[in-house]
Amino acid sequence: MTEIALTLTDAHASTARRARRQRLQDAAFRNATLAFALLVLLILGGVTVSLIDGALPALRTFGFGFVATEVWNPVTEQFGALAPIYGTLVTSIIAMAVGIPVSFGIALFITEMCPAWLKRPLGVAIELLAGIPSIIYGIWGLFVFAPFMQSTIQPFLIATLGQIPGIGNLFMGPPYGIGILTAGLILGIMVLPFITSITRDVFETVPPMVRESAYGLGATTWEVVWNVVLPYTRTGVVGGVMLGLGRALGETMAVTFVIGNAHRISSSIMAPGTTISASIANEFTEAVGDVYTASLVALGLILFLITFTVLSIAKLMLLRLQRKAGV
Amino acid sequence: MTMTHMDANSPAHGSSKFPAGMMAATGAERAIAGAGLPEKISVRNLDFFYDGYRALKSISLPLYDRQVTAFIGPSGCGKSTLLRILNRMYDLYPKQVATGEVMLDGVNILSPKQDLNLLRARVGMVFQKPTPFPMSIYDNIAFGVKLYEKLSRADMDERVEFSLRRAALWDEVKDKLRQNGMSLSGGQQQRLCIARAIAVKPSVLLLDEPTSALDPISTAKCEELIDELRSDYCIAIVTHNMQQAARISNFTAFMYLGELIEFGNTEEIFTNPTKEKTSEYITGRFG
Repeated sequence: MTEIALTLTDAHASTARRARRQRLQDAAFRNATLAFALLVLLILGGVTVSLIDGALPALRTFGFGFVATEVWNPVTEQFGALAPIYGTLVTSIIAMAVGIPVSFGIALFITEMCPAWLKRPLGVAIELLAGIPSIIYGIWGLFVFAPFMQSTIQPFLIATLGQIPGIGNLFMGPPYGIGILTAGLILGIMVLPFITSITRDVFETVPPMVRESAYGLGATTWEVVWNVVLPYTRTGVVGGVMLGLGRALGETMAVTFVIGNAHRISSSIMAPGTTISASIANEFTEAVGDVYTASLVALGLILFLITFTVLSIAKLMLLRLQRKAGV
Repeated sequence: MTMTHMDANSPAHGSSKFPAGMMAATGAERAIAGAGLPEKISVRNLDFFYDGYRALKSISLPLYDRQVTAFIGPSGCGKSTLLRILNRMYDLYPKQVATGEVMLDGVNILSPKQDLNLLRARVGMVFQKPTPFPMSIYDNIAFGVKLYEKLSRADMDERVEFSLRRAALWDEVKDKLRQNGMSLSGGQQQRLCIARAIAVKPSVLLLDEPTSALDPISTAKCEELIDELRSDYCIAIVTHNMQQAARISNFTAFMYLGELIEFGNTEEIFTNPTKEKTSEYITGRFG
């Protein structure tokens, strides 16, 4: 009897020991993951602080005028960020205008209409396209695409759209080949695989039965896509678009090759311009003097803010969409 | 309702009631029950292939207008496949081929000339799981209607109310028509899907295990609904629930391994099946 009792208490003791060890393990695991998570906040905070700190000399010198003036003169040390901001936004808008419809088209074709034998090759091609380093887009843009723009597309645009009063201003001037439009189109090609692969993945999350229900009511493919697939996947789709936009806003190498790197704002989108990241990449080696360097860092800070704003707007948009849908 | 006490080997009484010419083409010995009723759909020598695999083997049977026909049989026997042929849903997928004839109101819907969208507007379908669209309850109903009809606001309101009333859902949702259809409970969602199918005024309703994801109370409501809809539609229902088939159907088709083993009056199939396989299945000895 006592023997049994003894073994019982032994068992209890070992169970208790194991439980204590498990509690400790769990606590250690929890704290380790918490530390990793906090690291994210720490890095984000560190980047923000160092950006602000580095940009302060420029902001102190030029004040709010920094974001509102176009002048960028290293000789007289007069710096304004308007031209790069303008170039960044316009190239991204062009990239999105080209990239979104084409990506959606590809993704919808792959998920809704593609014959089985073509599905894999297309998917692989998109992944390969996403894997091309941006420097390759850059040299291809400069040596192949820009001459083509100069000899064919830009003269055509000038002759057609350029003649229309109003929007014609956007397509005026000599065909340089390089410029804002060329950079925007290259960016459009670059964001294409990202938006495509994400939208394709989210389109495939629509349950077949939901899709079939819509077809079962007699809907055409277009009606199914527009009324059921897109609403069903809007969060993922907006996410994919934002990822593409983030890449377009921040892309440096390819843009630097083909944009012309001119600190000026022209009415024509075919004229050379610059973007924030292209300016920084081009000029950081030759930035002498505190104000010059600080101005480049301030450009970086502005890019950071633009990206942050875009993401926030996207989140707000999604929230409003969801509220409207009443989920 | 329980058939378990039935003698599975009892001789068929029904087979002698009909002349030999009425024999089902599948080789089922029982004469086709319900002869004389108008055939809404006639399936003749239907074969179906998934990428070369023969999933249905020369199926022939009628679906009568304003009657409920239940399809029973173990999983993978081809019940759902048969249903998906009746609105050509299989056409969405490559490498799926149907041969034979499926006559709907005298027209072969397997013909390549058949317009799929028009066909599907006439043949409504409800699935195993509720599939509300990501839009308001009102728009869920209006979606299908808008595809084919241009209704005024008032007419559309009326149609939505008609469909929801018909699906016994109106009283539960009339004050929240603007809410998302996905916010409803599972049973409500399924009735919403039935309402959505009814709204486009089809003449045939295909129900693919419509209650398999529902609780008993919702199931009972759906069965009640099917019983009411019987007076207006030709209904085909796939079910794994034998009691359900017995409760709500007028005719029953028992399928096994891609073949139609037996088709006949539900009462006869359940009380007096002619085939050993059928009686084994309905008494729960396999499947």
